[in-house]
Amino acid sequence: MKIFISAETREKDSLMDPRFGRCQVFIVYDTETKQFTSVGNPGYTSGGGAGIQASNFLIDQKADILITGHLGPNAQEVLKNSKIKVYTSVPKSISEILKDYLENKLVEITN
Amino acid sequence: MNIVVLSGKGGTGKTLASTNLAKYMNANYIDGDVEEPNGFIFLKPIIKEMIEVIVKIPSIDKDKCKKCFKCAEFCRFNALAKTNDKVLVFDKLCHSCEGCKIVCEFGAIEYIDKKVGIIEKGKSNDIKCSRGLLNIGEPMAVPVIKELLKNLDEEINIIDSSPGTSCNVVNILEHADIAILVTEPTNFGLHDLDRAVKLIRKFNIPFGVVINRVTEKENIISKYCIENKIEILMQIDYDREIAIMYSKGELIINKEKYLNIFKELSINIKEKLL
Repeated sequence: MKIFISAETREKDSLMDPRFGRCQVFIVYDTETKQFTSVGNPGYTSGGGAGIQASNFLIDQKADILITGHLGPNAQEVLKNSKIKVYTSVPKSISEILKDYLENKLVEITN
Repeated sequence: MNIVVLSGKGGTGKTLASTNLAKYMNANYIDGDVEEPNGFIFLKPIIKEMIEVIVKIPSIDKDKCKKCFKCAEFCRFNALAKTNDKVLVFDKLCHSCEGCKIVCEFGAIEYIDKKVGIIEKGKSNDIKCSRGLLNIGEPMAVPVIKELLKNLDEEINIIDSSPGTSCNVVNILEHADIAILVTEPTNFGLHDLDRAVKLIRKFNIPFGVVINRVTEKENIISKYCIENKIEILMQIDYDREIAIMYSKGELIINKEKYLNIFKELSINIKEKLL
């Protein structure tokens, strides 16, 4: 399972970026291999519709889980029509957020 | 002959300058600030004609769509999005380029009309007035501006622009023969004037500056204009009486002392810009 977390930098101990569409990078954690990778968000430089572009990118990347701060209405519309589950958190370090997720402490965004 | 009145910074007096100038020169007045047009408050025209502004937005035929998502990959404005089982259309992001129909191999895309605003045309005594009104909630003003500026009269048209240096202003400037930049002697006024000057230089048209709310004739804007060899067409005093008249929706040229400064502006336009 691939967990995508919107992040400020590519470092493993980066802070989560509460913005989804305009975050610079996603830190990706693979629950099977327990490996961290990072990937740039194409929405970061988008002229408009950043949330839509970032959502489509996650679908292409076959993400299973997204953890971020807020979703705009457009991104929410796209992701609700995908299989990706979205959880919200306050900005913390990536390791703290993963810990919260594994302990079922994060709230899922549903609509 | 189109005279565009623009500013860079908002709230510097574009509408004050353009409504009074139109009245003084007996020229047509066109309010191109379609997100918040306010020139009609002062000219009070009687509206004789209303035209709807319509754009084309894609509609996906679910039976014909094979979910290849080429349209969503093609759309650079992200107006089309792919999901697991369908293409989603975000009409507010669509620029009506109609490219998605070209890339669709299954003929699944048709276009439907969407109303985004209206054009109002009327007369204030002898002055022909028109304005665009963007519908509330619509983010894109350009289609309304393009419709408003279609088939302009040969006479003198004073076009009141929106502030800034965005697509809205660029679209208005494409129609400009000369331009008047209205600003104020503040740091914000100077900063945004400089941006507007950089934009206007790309159009290679004559332009000059009107300085509003002036307390000293030599100020940061006049200094900037001299350094950059830009004509100063008029300076308007920082005057409580103007604010009072403006807040009542009155044209200031109804008072003789202000009529004289607009006379000076009109002479300066003719002598320095034409």
